[in-house]
Amino acid sequence: MTTTSLTKSRGAGHTGDKVFSAATLAAGCLILAVLFGVALFLVVQAIPALVAPADQIQGGEGFFTYIWPLVIGTLIAAVIALVIATPLAIGVALFISHFAPRNLASGLGYVVDLLAAIPSVVYGAWGVAFLAKEISPSYDWLAKNMGWLPIFQGPASATGKTILTAGIVLAVMVLPIITSLTREIFLQTPKLHEEAALALGATRWEMIRMTVLPFGRPGIISAVMLGLGRALGETMAVALVLSSGALTASLIQTGNQTIAAEIALNFPEASGLKVNTLIAAGLVLFVITLGVNVIARGIISRHKEFSGAN
Amino acid sequence: MSKRIDVKDLNVYYGKFLAVEDVNINIDAKSVTAFIGPSGCGKSTFLRTLNRMHEVIPGARVEGEVLLDGDNLYGPGVDPVTVRSQIGMVFQRPNPFPTMSIRDNVLAGVKLNNKKISKGEADVLVERSLQGANLWNEVKDRLSKPGSGLSGGQQQRLCIARAIAVEPQVILMDEPCSALDPISTLAIEDLINELKDQYTVVIVTHNMQQAARVSDKTAFFNIAGTGKPGKLIEFGDTPTIFSNPTEKATEDYVSGRFG
Repeated sequence: MTTTSLTKSRGAGHTGDKVFSAATLAAGCLILAVLFGVALFLVVQAIPALVAPADQIQGGEGFFTYIWPLVIGTLIAAVIALVIATPLAIGVALFISHFAPRNLASGLGYVVDLLAAIPSVVYGAWGVAFLAKEISPSYDWLAKNMGWLPIFQGPASATGKTILTAGIVLAVMVLPIITSLTREIFLQTPKLHEEAALALGATRWEMIRMTVLPFGRPGIISAVMLGLGRALGETMAVALVLSSGALTASLIQTGNQTIAAEIALNFPEASGLKVNTLIAAGLVLFVITLGVNVIARGIISRHKEFSGAN
Repeated sequence: MSKRIDVKDLNVYYGKFLAVEDVNINIDAKSVTAFIGPSGCGKSTFLRTLNRMHEVIPGARVEGEVLLDGDNLYGPGVDPVTVRSQIGMVFQRPNPFPTMSIRDNVLAGVKLNNKKISKGEADVLVERSLQGANLWNEVKDRLSKPGSGLSGGQQQRLCIARAIAVEPQVILMDEPCSALDPISTLAIEDLINELKDQYTVVIVTHNMQQAARVSDKTAFFNIAGTGKPGKLIEFGDTPTIFSNPTEKATEDYVSGRFG
């Protein structure tokens, strides 16, 4: 028997702890440094465009006049995408997590994950080569029957390359993101609470409304925000699908443009102050995304007490 | 407002596996019946067949009859949702809905099936149910706070309040005190004694003293070995089961010689 003293400890275990803690600290700092670096770059490069005289900016009326139609266009496309994708994604996720037989559910989940892996240029190509053509007759119908609404005012674009088409393509792109995140969240609803609802005489849908959806609420919001992030920043698909132009209220006419697509289309040929203008547009997009995330965090934390985390 | 349960030749399966074999038992209205037995003997499984909660597990099915005042729960056309609204259940771990306030937890079952209830009626029902669960005095000033902020024992009484708010015929309790401290356990046991004036109560417990304290009748379940089905060994008045059982296995179990 050897005597062991309390002051003696296994050196190797401590080395592991130290390495691990240093690695996580480095990773945490790195992400902050990268974010800060990007923000700094955007601000520094954007300043010349922000302070330049109005007539030197593209359009000749200053940066603000240049950027706000792009901001509105970006938001319109993103909102269309989320309005279409969110209910659909939650429906698909609920089907996979709570309604589909197990074999079908895993297959379907795999297919949805696969959708997220398709590069955006493929979605763009599909949007312009197939969707835009197929959907333009329905735009004519909308213009004829719902034309009294400003958003469906005619004449509809003959090519179908409109902001609504771009929004639909974006919806298809964000659908798998929201679906796979919400599905994981729905699957984590505690069995205990689901059984509590069922034991009270709840139907399956009532059980979902009482337990699965409230429990998953913060997760649903986070998933939608991630989807929104992708929709706001998506470049290639919009650049391909949208036949851009001036800001218009009508979603089925040619027109509107998003910040990301504007940057992508103009950057290769830009020089001098034009580059600074485009980077400033990027800064605006950065601020929008940041603002959206802050609002989402606020919504989530306001209901913390009832979140089920305590 | 309480009904009796008669079980005839009940076999419970998980897929092909026979989990509980050939149970016949008659549970009187307005009485407390305790199920005791070693772990894995099928008493919880059997309890869950009494309100068709076992069906939540894929592949679970039963053969035989469970009669609620003569009506077969497994008859053709019987909706498990209706069964569960008549036969309430309290679980091993307290499970108030964390996303709801105390008040909404009590009303959760009542608001199902799109039933509308006026605020006045709801207030009366919330107070009556919480009184019935001996919880009113502790929570009356914080009804809008989340139920998950209560202590374990309070949460379990909240779950009982939630169960009695829908005015069931029978209340099933699956080891309701196993996650609670002795004082909270005592509070629940007192409550069970009061509940039997109005409800038929069936309780599964690992605690034999508890069975002896709260129940009128006791059923002893046992299992011959791993992979074998659980069986009802003996069922009778609680004093008889504990002091003068007929079966050797029951005597061994209640005297602590086995299990």
